Amino acid sequence: MIREQYVNQPPKPNSFRAGPDEDGRFGIFGGRFVAETLMPLILDLQAEWNKAKTDPTFKAELEKLGAHYIGRPSPLYFAERLTAELGGAKIYFKREELNHTGSHKINNCIGQILLAKRMGKTRIIAETGAGQHGVASATVAARFGLPCVVYMGATDVERQAPNVFRMKLLGAEVKPVTAGNGTLKDAMNEALRDWVTNVDSTYYLIGTAAGPHPYPEMVRDFQSVIGEEAKEQILAAEGRLPDLVVAAVGGGSNAIGIFHPFLDEGGVKIVGVEAGGKGLDGDEHCASITAGSPGVLHGNRTYLLQDGDGQIKEGHSISAGLDYPGIGPEHAWLNDVGRVEYVPIMDHEALEAFQTLTRLEGIIPALEPSHALAEVIKRAPKMGKDEIILMNLSGRGDKDIFTVGKILGMGQ
Amino acid sequence: MTARMEQRFTDVAAEGRPVLVTYFMGGDPDFDTSLAIMKALPKAGADVIELGVPFSDPMADGPAIQLAGQRALKAGQTLAKTLELARRFRAEDQRTPIVLMGYYNPIYVYGVERFLEDALDAGVDGLIIVDLPPEMDDELCIPALEKGINFIRLATPTTDDRRLPKVLENTSGFVYYVSMNGITGSALPEPALIAGAVARIKTHTQLPVCVGFGVKTADHARVIGASADGVVVGTAIVNQIASSLTEEGGATEATVPGVEALVRGLSAGVRAARAVAAE
Repeated sequence: MIREQYVNQPPKPNSFRAGPDEDGRFGIFGGRFVAETLMPLILDLQAEWNKAKTDPTFKAELEKLGAHYIGRPSPLYFAERLTAELGGAKIYFKREELNHTGSHKINNCIGQILLAKRMGKTRIIAETGAGQHGVASATVAARFGLPCVVYMGATDVERQAPNVFRMKLLGAEVKPVTAGNGTLKDAMNEALRDWVTNVDSTYYLIGTAAGPHPYPEMVRDFQSVIGEEAKEQILAAEGRLPDLVVAAVGGGSNAIGIFHPFLDEGGVKIVGVEAGGKGLDGDEHCASITAGSPGVLHGNRTYLLQDGDGQIKEGHSISAGLDYPGIGPEHAWLNDVGRVEYVPIMDHEALEAFQTLTRLEGIIPALEPSHALAEVIKRAPKMGKDEIILMNLSGRGDKDIFTVGKILGMGQ
Repeated sequence: MTARMEQRFTDVAAEGRPVLVTYFMGGDPDFDTSLAIMKALPKAGADVIELGVPFSDPMADGPAIQLAGQRALKAGQTLAKTLELARRFRAEDQRTPIVLMGYYNPIYVYGVERFLEDALDAGVDGLIIVDLPPEMDDELCIPALEKGINFIRLATPTTDDRRLPKVLENTSGFVYYVSMNGITGSALPEPALIAGAVARIKTHTQLPVCVGFGVKTADHARVIGASADGVVVGTAIVNQIASSLTEEGGATEATVPGVEALVRGLSAGVRAARAVAAE
């Protein structure tokens, strides 16, 4: 799709890893589009984050919790049967679904709650779509003894019931949000309203690499452990870097986490997979880059699904975690500078990939990485047997089995 | 600063009373009713009009204004139509300042240059854009000031003395002091706290300071107006409109008169604020 305003592509930078600038911008994307009430807090957070990221004590604490609480490093797994079945490139999974709480979300939550403690905050709020980030937030809040409120769209509360139950068991209060379609966007609005009201006591633990600066940078840095480990592991296993790295993109935190350490490796092709929902012709998809346009929402400028008046559309995906009408600003920039290719995968393709992996490898993936997997299944057979694909298997599918069972018409 | 805004604040100050700023959502419940409401406001005693621009995701607004925005969008309101409301009002009233209040995305998508030209042409005097803090001044604030449109900034309880100069630097028209941390339509804090905050802001600026968030009754208006240069009423008006509608959200014969009666009462409140009889 050609957009007129981007006929003049921005120049290629020397490094794709230098952003954001001090105002939190990745090219025209990112920034700090928030109400004045939040601005002082965001500046405090930035100052605290700047201190923490160069503080060896912080790094040591993060690594210790990573190793003994999350279970890092997560394995790199060669999917032998899937590779044989597809008959092309060798497929490796970065097994983030084996982390404590079942997805990559915990990497970011541990980092941010350590920051919240340093800032003296006494209450945690979070938004969640699939519930993975809500569970991870509730988990770290329990681990650090802080009360936690999770905002979740009413539609998602229904379709991700197991995660709602987990959050409640962990002591979090789950507040269903009925505004709009009752999905992730609406949950985020409500979390921002809570934050603006309780600004003194409350830390907003954003789950994806989006929102006002410094969140996109901070979340990326906490998630980059995925790519850093994967790089070492693939070098150990194959003696070289992969030819292709693939990850699913909703807000984009698991994707930026695995992409970022590979961005300056010229020989590595990188593909982000958006939720194509029921197809890009109507409104029932969440392909913000493929079918959206630049706009400002939730504190940052990025690609959004919106109408000609700048009203945000609701979008649709079978996967609650991808059901968001925007995308992290760094992805928007990586698209415009041409470093990462973004493609859509439809609901039914993700569903097929979900079943393929379950049967061939005995791994039940979440519906989010099932989108990445569907793209891998398309590309692997067209690649040589000596080529290597690295995919981020960002979450496990336990939370999705009822949704999938219902669609497939399986008995209870 | 547009001459109209300055003139209005000067004239009202000469009457020895605070300015009454009234907010309503453009297009709520429909374009025609909303135009009738807008025309009724100055007649009922409003001095400055804040014209809300509906947005699908109003992150800083409480339920009342969220619902008003949804009603307006459902009735087909757009930024272009909100500018049209201003233009139609301006054809009949050349003296009441109009401030557009909303979020940045509809303006960004409309195109900043084109928007500023059309806003100026429609007789708009100022902008309050909730999600554009001073750190984002290059986006809209500076271009608006260059065109001669006021950019009115919100100051909040979290805006401390260290930050105030930055917030006030490119602010023009007036300063809108949000009396609490939170969303629109919450409860009103202690008058003494507000008076202290207004005094604090006034040590940093010559601009008039208007206070809003939580002002619902004539009595609130009177109490706040004792220390502030102006009183902003929003949610109370939006609630008044909502309470007059049919179950499907349509206007009734009570819609416009209800707003008139409320604003007349608020106007009496600001006129009693400093125990100086005006008019």
